[in-house]
Amino acid sequence: MYETYRDLPPIQITTQSTEDMPTGTWRTFRPVIDEEKCNNCYFCWKFCPDLSIVVREEGDHPSVDYVHCKGCGICANECRAGAIVMEREPL
Amino acid sequence: MIHAITANHAAALAAKLARVEVAAVYPITPQTTISEKLADMVSNGEMEARFLLMESEHSAMSALIGASYVGARTFTATSSHGLALMHEVLMWASGVRRPIVMPVAARTIGGPWNIWGEHMDVITERDVGWMQFYCENNQEVLDTVLMAYKVAEDPSVMLPAMVVVDGFILTHTVDAVDVPNQSLVDKYLPKFAPDPVLDMDDPRRFGGLVMPDWWTEFRYRIATDMEGAKERIREADREFGRLFGRSYGGLVEEYRTGDADAVLVVAGSAAGTAKEVADRLREEGLRVGVARIRVFRPFPSEEIARLSSKKVVGVFDRSFTFGDGGAMFNEVRSAMHGSDNIMKNYVGGLGGRDVTAAHMEWIFRNMIDIGERGLDRKIEWVGLRDGSGRW
Repeated sequence: MYETYRDLPPIQITTQSTEDMPTGTWRTFRPVIDEEKCNNCYFCWKFCPDLSIVVREEGDHPSVDYVHCKGCGICANECRAGAIVMEREPL
Repeated sequence: MIHAITANHAAALAAKLARVEVAAVYPITPQTTISEKLADMVSNGEMEARFLLMESEHSAMSALIGASYVGARTFTATSSHGLALMHEVLMWASGVRRPIVMPVAARTIGGPWNIWGEHMDVITERDVGWMQFYCENNQEVLDTVLMAYKVAEDPSVMLPAMVVVDGFILTHTVDAVDVPNQSLVDKYLPKFAPDPVLDMDDPRRFGGLVMPDWWTEFRYRIATDMEGAKERIREADREFGRLFGRSYGGLVEEYRTGDADAVLVVAGSAAGTAKEVADRLREEGLRVGVARIRVFRPFPSEEIARLSSKKVVGVFDRSFTFGDGGAMFNEVRSAMHGSDNIMKNYVGGLGGRDVTAAHMEWIFRNMIDIGERGLDRKIEWVGLRDGSGRW
C-alpha cells in the first residue's frame, strides 16, 4: 500500500474498522457463561473493556463475542452470580 | 492599542486574538493568571471558547489532543511540576501531530520547593518533539503565541509549540504591550482547518498501533518536518513584521554581533539585560554582542554556526544538566564543532535569583579577558557565593 515515508498519511490513521481485527486469537482463557446461574445483572457487559459481551435485547442473557474477546477475565471476576468461568483454550 | 499588562495577561489576550476554540487548564504558579484571565474572558462572553477545568495537567493535555483531532484550535498553559506531569502526553501530542500552543511559565522543579523562575522545566522537555520559543519581553509573548499557531498549524509542520515565558520576571511584571486589532490577527492567522479530522459520520482510527515496519518512517517525517519548521518560522516572523510592524530576527536575534570579538548567547528575559550592558561596554570600546536564541527547538544550527568566526562565544544557561553542563552551551558548542574559538558556559539566574547588569558586565569582561589570556574554566556559576568577591 505504501512504498516510502512520503506516501504515509499526514497523521497515523486507519480507515479499517476495529471490527475487522480478530483480537480473539490472542486469547489463552475463554469466558464461558452458565445461563443457569446468570441473573442478567449485566455487570459483565458493563465491565468488559473491549465491548465483547453482547446483550442483544434487555432481558436476554449476555453472550461473548469470541472474535474479539481477548480473554482478560474481568467479566468472570466481576460476575456476582459466579456464572462465568475461564476455560483454557486448546493449544 | 498599548496596554500596561503582565506577560500572562498578554498570553491570554493572544489566545483570544487567535480565536482559540478549546482551552483546557490546570492552575500552577506562575502560570495561573493566564488561566484566570482566560476564564474571565470566556465567562463574560469576550471570548468564544470551551473552557475546561481539568483534574491535572496530564488530563489537560490529553483533552486538547482530542479537541485538536476534531479540528479545534487548542490552548493551555502550565509550568514546572505541571509540565513534568504532562511529559508523556507531550510526546503524544507531537507524535500524533497536534499543533497545540502552550505558554510555559518557566520555573524550577523541586525539590526542595522553589516557585521561582529558571529554565530547568522547559529544558527538561527538549526532546518531546515540541517547538520551543523563548521570549524576551511581554510584547514578544503576545506576538510569539500568534506566530506559534501560524507555524504549528502549517500543513508542512503540524507540530505543537511551547512559548517560554520567564516565571515572575515576565509572567507577573507589567510592561507596555501593543495589542493588535482582531481584524489584523485574522488576516495573519486563518482558521485552523486540518485534514483529516475526527468525524462521527466518517469514522477512522487515530493514533493506533504503528508496527515496527512503519514506525521509523513516521519518526522520520517528524524529524524532517521539524527541520522544515525553521524556514516556516523565519517566514512567519517576516510576515508578522509586514503586518504588525514587529519582527524578531527569526530563530536567533543578533544584537551588535557584526564586528564583535565576544558574543554572549542567551535565551529569554536575561537577553534584555545583556543588550543593555553590551551597549554600555561598547561606549568603552569593548566589541561585545548578544545572540539571543528565540527558538531552541528546532535548533538554529545554521545561525549559531555563523558565530564560529567570533574569538569568544559565551553561552548563558538558566538551567544545569548535572554531571555535564548547560544544555544550551552543549548544543551551541555542538553546532560550532570544528571551530577553534574559545567557548565558555555561564550558569546563573537559578531559582528566581536576579540576573543583574553587574553579572552581565562581569560575563562580558570575563569573555574579553579569556579572549586575551585563554580559557580560565569551562563552566562559571555566575553570582555563586564562593567567597571570591568576584561579583
